Order: sequence, then structure tokens, then C-alpha cells
Amino acid sequence: MTGLTQQLIDLFAALLLLLAFAMLAQRRILSLIHLYTLQGAVLVAAAAVMGYATRQPHLYVSAGVTLALKVFLIPSLLHRVINRLNVRWDLEMLINVPTTLIAGIVLVIFAFYLAAPIAGLAASIARGTLGIALACILLSFMMMITRSKAVPQVIGFLAMENGLFFAATAATYGMPMVVELGIALDVLVGILILGVFMFQIREQFDSLDIRHLEKLKDD
Amino acid sequence: MSVLGLASQVLEIFAALALAPLLAGWVGQCRAWLQNRSGPGLLQPYRVLHKLFNKDSVLATHASPLFRTAPYVIFGCMTLACGIVPTLSTDLPLSPAADAIALVGLFALARVFAALAAMDVGTAFGSLGARREMLIGFLAEPALLMVFFTAALISDSTSLTTIVRTLSAREIGIQPSLALAAVALVMVALAENARVPVDNPATHLELTMVHEALILEYSGRHLALLEWAAALKLFAYACIGIALFAPWGVAHGQAPAALVFALPVLVAKLAAAGFLLALLETVSAKMRIFRVPEFLGMAFLLAVIAMLVKILLGAGPQ
Repeated sequence: MTGLTQQLIDLFAALLLLLAFAMLAQRRILSLIHLYTLQGAVLVAAAAVMGYATRQPHLYVSAGVTLALKVFLIPSLLHRVINRLNVRWDLEMLINVPTTLIAGIVLVIFAFYLAAPIAGLAASIARGTLGIALACILLSFMMMITRSKAVPQVIGFLAMENGLFFAATAATYGMPMVVELGIALDVLVGILILGVFMFQIREQFDSLDIRHLEKLKDD
Repeated sequence: MSVLGLASQVLEIFAALALAPLLAGWVGQCRAWLQNRSGPGLLQPYRVLHKLFNKDSVLATHASPLFRTAPYVIFGCMTLACGIVPTLSTDLPLSPAADAIALVGLFALARVFAALAAMDVGTAFGSLGARREMLIGFLAEPALLMVFFTAALISDSTSLTTIVRTLSAREIGIQPSLALAAVALVMVALAENARVPVDNPATHLELTMVHEALILEYSGRHLALLEWAAALKLFAYACIGIALFAPWGVAHGQAPAALVFALPVLVAKLAAAGFLLALLETVSAKMRIFRVPEFLGMAFLLAVIAMLVKILLGAGPQ
């Protein structure tokens, strides 16, 4: 039984890594949101399997919260935002895709190297996946850096939070309930504020390109 | 080197030579069925080979000896490649001589000769095809090597027979690294065998062709050898996929009965692989040549992730 759950957790970890790369390479905003939804679903499955394997009921609760928030609520909010902003096919990258992907491989190697000594100390059944969680965080971070538009950056931020959640589940069987609920609410409020922010950027500059924000005042 | 090992080696090479055109015909037939056509029949590649071997070979005035020797070199490389991949038995006398890296080298040797021969006569199509072939080749090769390295990491050896023996002894389970490597291998195989997303095997005169542009100047027995070599290459890639990701049913060591049993299993697996290839080709559209680097870059990425996941998560159940 432990063999199977171990394999499932490894599989979900590999899927998360693959999805992080897919988001890095994705050019279209709509597909990006679909990938984010999928990432949330994998996260829910991973948390549920982990809860079953370790008999920790609070992992089921956090899986449920993740399901409601990251699979249903936030994607639907994002869909509404991009419909209102009418930016469904927007695509712009600061670096071309193959270069980004190769940089991504380097990041993954760095994350694995960094996580190896920590994983040696942990006693959790999913300790091997800590490196993957760290890699997901770094990859989402890079996605935020390489995009110039506001919406992909917000999705990158959310994906980074997904990676953090996975890291917490993998290393210590999840954070305390209070912290987890707090983070969930923070993400929800964050997406609402960022949504308002996106409308403000658009109103001000007639575009969602955040490079406009680099100027301090009109010359 | 035992008598049985020698026998299985010879049997394997002859099976490859005989079955390779059949596999090509099966893929063509499946494609025809999926596209609602009646198709040319399974034996069409044999008929084409027979026709070409009975025709005279025409050479250009400026063709050098290289142009004439290249078909034999390419055919020899592909036959040897089919002999190295363990499809029927893991007791192969050739296998200590050549491991997975040597196999990739054999494919590279064949590719270099094909490109040189295509440029030899000096037609525009030949050098265009040669350049495209090298573009695809230099991107596909590292991805193929990474796929082999993933399997080699799991079985602690680059020898293909050891890899097959270790992988088939393992209990069946979900292996993320092998799944990723399998997807990468399929992408590399599509590019290397001039199949649909990268090249169209059904066309003869089109500006986007790669494989057909390479062999445009050949005729008669030379063309027959090259066509046969192309079929052998497809066969070799299918066998690599089977050896790495579905190695069950291969005979181990001194077992004549298992050897007899291995052949129908191989044919069944090849039929499934050929149908999957035809299905993939039917549902995908040919991409622009400038998208190919991105396609193969993705294959390389998947293979590298497979290797990294293997290093971090371990092999799973042994």
C-alpha cells in the first residue's frame, strides 16, 4: 500500500514539475489559466493522497480548501478578469521560449542540489519531492520575471503559492490549520486587489504592459 | 559466445530485415484506414523494393564514388542498429561490442553519409535537404541520448541488453521518469523518421520535404537500399521504444522455447506501435520547419526532466 501511495505522490510531483514547465512555455493567457487550474487539481490530489497515507485528517481539509479556491474560485475570477479586459490572446515574452526553458532546466538542477541535504534530514514519506516543490517555486518566479504583461505575472504569483503549498505538504505534512487558512484568505484577497490593480493600470496607460510603471512621472 | 546466442543474433537481424518493410506497410495501411481510404495493402513496400531492385540505377555525370557507396553504408548502419537493440533475446554476441551510445553514433554515421551524398551531386534540393536533416539531427541526438541515460540510470548500465534485463525484471508500477522519457522518445522518433509533424512521408515534390529531398537523386537498387534502410530505421526506433518501455516477453539467456515465443510477442507489440504512430500522424498537422527546434527542444527538456526526476525520486520499486 505504501508502495502505491509513494508512487502516486512521486507521479503527482513529476506532473507538477511538468505543468510548471508548460506554464513557462505557454504563450496564451487562456491556456495559462487552464494550466493553473490543472496544477491546482494535481495539488488537491497530492494532498489527499498524502493525507490518506499519513492518516492526517487536516490534510483532507486543506485539500478541500485548495479545491474550492484554486480549482474553482480563482480560475473563474481570472476568466472574468480577462474577459472584461479582453486580453484572451495576448502574448508577449521578454526572452524567447527555448532560452527560457533551458534557463528553467538550470533552475531545476539548482533547486535539486539545494534540497538534497534538507531532504536527507526529513522523515516524511514525500521527502524526495521537496526539491520538485522548490523547483516549481523558482520556475513560477522566473515566469513572473520573463513576462511583461500584468495577467501572466499574477498567474505566476499564484503558481508560486501552489509550489509553496506543495513544499509545505511534502516537508512537514502541511502547515498548521490557522496558517493555511490565513494563506488561503491572503491569496483570495490578493487576487481581488490585483484584479482592481490591473483595471487601474489599463485605465492609466491603455495597456497592461507593466514596463509603463517604470517611469516615475510623465515627462 | 554460445551457439544459441549466435542463432538468436542471426534470427534477430533476419527478422528485422524481413519485418521492417511490413511495419512500414502496416503504418501506411493504418493511416489509410484512419483517413477513410482503402490503402495500398500491407505488402506494398515489398512490391516497391522488388520493382526498384529490378530497375537500372542512373547516376549523375559528376557523381563521386561517395555517392555510390553511401546507400550501402546507410543500409549497413541500420541493419547493425537493428542487430544491437535486443528485440527477441538478451543473449546477443553483438551487445558487448556496442552500447546505447554506440547506437546513437551509428544513427549519426548514417545521417552524415546521407547528407554528404545528397550534397555530392550539387543539386539545390539535395543540399537543402542535407541542411535540414542536419538541423533536425543535431537537436534530436541529445534528446535521444538523454532518453537512453534515463534508462541507463535506472539499470546502472549503458548496455542495452542489461537495460532490458533490469527493466523487464522490475515489477510493474507507475514510473514518472520512464513516462516522461517515453514521450520524449516518441517526439524524437517522429522527427528522426520524417513522420508527420516534422516531415511528410507521403509527399515527393514539396518545398518542405526533408527525407525525400535527401534521396531525390537516387534510383534503382540504390534507392531500394535507401528505402529499405528508412524502413529499418523506423523498425529500430520502434524496437528501442519497446525495449525501454515494454520489455516483457523477451527471451533471457539460454532458452530456445522463449526465443520461439518472443517473435509473435514482438510482432504484436510492433503492430500496436505502428497503429499508435499512424494515429499520431493522422491527428497532428505538419508544422513549419522553424517550429521544429522548439518541438525538439521540448523533447530534450522532457528527457532531461525525466533524468532529474529519476535522480531525485529514485527508481521507485525495484
